[in-house]
Amino acid sequence: MKIKTLMLGWEFPPFISGGLGTACFGLTRAMDRLGMPVTFVLPRAKPFRLSAGRPIPGASSENLVPPSTFQHIRIRAVAADIVPYVDPAVASATATAILNPGNAEDDQHSASEQAGVRSNYGANIYDEVQHFADKVVTLAESEAFDLIHAHDWMTFPAGVALAAHSGKPLVIQVHSTEFDRSGEHVNQYVYDIERHAMHAAAKIIAVSNYTRNIILGRYGVDPEKVEVVYNGVEPAQPHETFVRHTWPTQTDKIVLFLGRITMQKGPEYFLQAARKVLDKMNNVKFVMAGDGDMLYRMIELAAELDIGHQVLFTRFLRGDDVDKAYQMADLYVMPSVSEPFGIAPLEALRNNAPVLISKQSGIAETFRNALKVDFWDLNEMANKMIAVLRHPPLQQVLRTEGHKEAFKFRWDDSAARMNDIYHKTLGLA
Amino acid sequence: MASVCFYFQVHQPYRLRRYTIFDSNADYFDETRNAEICRKVAQKCYLPTNRLLLRLIKEQRGRFRVAFSLTGVVLEQFREYAPEVLASFQDLAQTGCVEFLAETYYHSLSFLFARDEFAEQVRMHQQLMQELFGQTPRVFRNTELIYNNELAQEIEGLGGFKAILTEGADHILGYRSPNYVYQPPNTQGLKLLLKNFRLSDDIAFRFSNQHWSEWPLRPGKFGQWINAINGNGYVANLFVDYETFGEHQWEDTGIFEFLRELPGEILKHPDNDFKTPSEVADSYEAVGTVDVPELISWADTERDLSAWLGNAMQHNAITQLYKLGETVRRTGDPALLQAWRRLQTSDHFYYMCTKYFADGDVHKYFNPYASPYDSYINFMSVLDNLRSRCGRPGSGWPSPQDIATLPAKRTPRRDSEHAQNSPDS
Repeated sequence: MKIKTLMLGWEFPPFISGGLGTACFGLTRAMDRLGMPVTFVLPRAKPFRLSAGRPIPGASSENLVPPSTFQHIRIRAVAADIVPYVDPAVASATATAILNPGNAEDDQHSASEQAGVRSNYGANIYDEVQHFADKVVTLAESEAFDLIHAHDWMTFPAGVALAAHSGKPLVIQVHSTEFDRSGEHVNQYVYDIERHAMHAAAKIIAVSNYTRNIILGRYGVDPEKVEVVYNGVEPAQPHETFVRHTWPTQTDKIVLFLGRITMQKGPEYFLQAARKVLDKMNNVKFVMAGDGDMLYRMIELAAELDIGHQVLFTRFLRGDDVDKAYQMADLYVMPSVSEPFGIAPLEALRNNAPVLISKQSGIAETFRNALKVDFWDLNEMANKMIAVLRHPPLQQVLRTEGHKEAFKFRWDDSAARMNDIYHKTLGLA
Repeated sequence: MASVCFYFQVHQPYRLRRYTIFDSNADYFDETRNAEICRKVAQKCYLPTNRLLLRLIKEQRGRFRVAFSLTGVVLEQFREYAPEVLASFQDLAQTGCVEFLAETYYHSLSFLFARDEFAEQVRMHQQLMQELFGQTPRVFRNTELIYNNELAQEIEGLGGFKAILTEGADHILGYRSPNYVYQPPNTQGLKLLLKNFRLSDDIAFRFSNQHWSEWPLRPGKFGQWINAINGNGYVANLFVDYETFGEHQWEDTGIFEFLRELPGEILKHPDNDFKTPSEVADSYEAVGTVDVPELISWADTERDLSAWLGNAMQHNAITQLYKLGETVRRTGDPALLQAWRRLQTSDHFYYMCTKYFADGDVHKYFNPYASPYDSYINFMSVLDNLRSRCGRPGSGWPSPQDIATLPAKRTPRRDSEHAQNSPDS
């Protein structure tokens, strides 16, 4: 029996601006390959409807890994102005820029300037989350489904409301918690939403044991309820060759930070470690690729540490530029303070960049062919960075073994697990 | 006639302490840890098993005879951390029923990289055996039973040896049995004793595995297997790591009871006896030549060198280490020489193995590092420091004194050419 799922999620290409969207997309596409029927509801400034078999708007076959059409997934977008990141101005500016390419440069500039001023989700976020919930309940009247699957806190109120309204069980997937995003100073409103949903849900899916432990420890949830399903990475396509590009004019080694420049991702640890590396060797450049609320602070920090001329800020990278950045890197570093899973290292390895990851992450609990470090241990972080840059054999083995291991994280496996969990939830195991 | 030939390997490396690019003192080895481990294994294995063997030797009135190979580095550690263990081995030597074999003092792979160093380490080790146990070894076993035809030539060249031990790997024996004595090609009088890995591993690995079809292994059953050799061979070469008794196989598996009953069971059959490797070499003629052109070992299922030289990191680390030999010698500094030699112990490279890293099995149990990458980084940091202490010109890295006097701000280095390329290229 095919279970029909109503999924509440995020962003589809080319609008993806972070891990959450990537995870939703990867998972959904794998579910499509498995033939699992899903109605995917997402909040979008410009709503649209898409039936199975139609191409995804804005997607061309170059920037999408085929199939660019879904066979079993229907998409419904609902008008709602919410984006899952702390820096909504940047994200919505990005979306606007994609839809109106002419004004791209200008919009990005002003939006990110504003972003430096705003530090929260935005004044209206609470209302918007509630509006989204109302609209979802309305929309769902015209949908048939057996089960609801909600991704992260902003869709939880919608999921809970829908479950109450329809009597169908709710499965929530926790891609991150307020503790990951905000450390100890959690936003009470968001925490309450997360907690309420965890207790209302029939099943909770955590993206790692690391996250599962936070759920059990901080939210008072019954361990029986929480399953772990790892994220994945896109499989190698037949045409992909993974030949490492070289840039003949490049004389310096490159150490890459790629992600949102925000507290959770540990950018200041990256720069402090960079300073220690540059004390010992000077043919290295440190690249920070991304945008975020701490961007300006990091530019200042690089200057304060007197390494400004060896740190490059690329701002937000899109599409092929992301892959190129990974390919150019001698080392990709993820110094996250608290990372629920960490898809970026898998993507880096997919592009043959060896990785150094924070032990305070979901991926560190399972991935083997990576260097690992406590995010606060600056000496060890610098020690490992220097070791990779100085010893080609180390870099080489990390690259080849890591590349192979990355492909073991398959969305198809995650989707299959999801299917099992759905069956268990409905008592059909 | 089945002669059971037991040989026990005893070894502990000098494990490195945590060493980063920011460390600069000459203290590379984790004394606390090494002492702790030495004493722990002494309690669980060395002391109780030695006591048991002493008892068995007395009970059997000379008919129970065994051999040991003890590395130079483990004996140094006994002297320093657990002298009672050394004393108990000396008691065993006194019985006249225990043979001590020769190997490289530092349990190194020097045969593969530096023949002169290899010869020196063998001589050093022989001297130590004479000094501590009053025996000059006549039988040789290379580190991890690594062997090929060339090794036989080399040992013959050194002189004084009558036999070499190695692994009875299927791919060198073919249809033949390890239960005979063989000889290497192109040598005069040297004999080869090949490990019967099936019987040896039954004790060393499978003994406590409850899913094994032969579990539980009782001495009577094992005795039957030995008896079955009669007519199909002369010897049962049981070559095992001494830590089998009490460490790899814990006391509660019954391993000590097994060992206690075993000599009696085997000697029940009048055609069986126990022989040391020298005695085996003296008693039996070689029945044929075993040709081993490629290197073999007793490690893992491949029985090759992939456990120590299977990936680029291992190759790089070991090559860089041996490249330093000349320089280290020229300093004339015994502390540097000793440190360099302790770094040669094969365990350091074993820890860098990525072969089974995905499955995290047997290699991981003995690995003090979280990952092979960590062990490589640690080793290379130590090697760097050693190199800088030798003051090798053009090494590209400043000595500890230079580092201490570096100004707070970075200044461009004179030899920035060297800084750009890693010292490995």
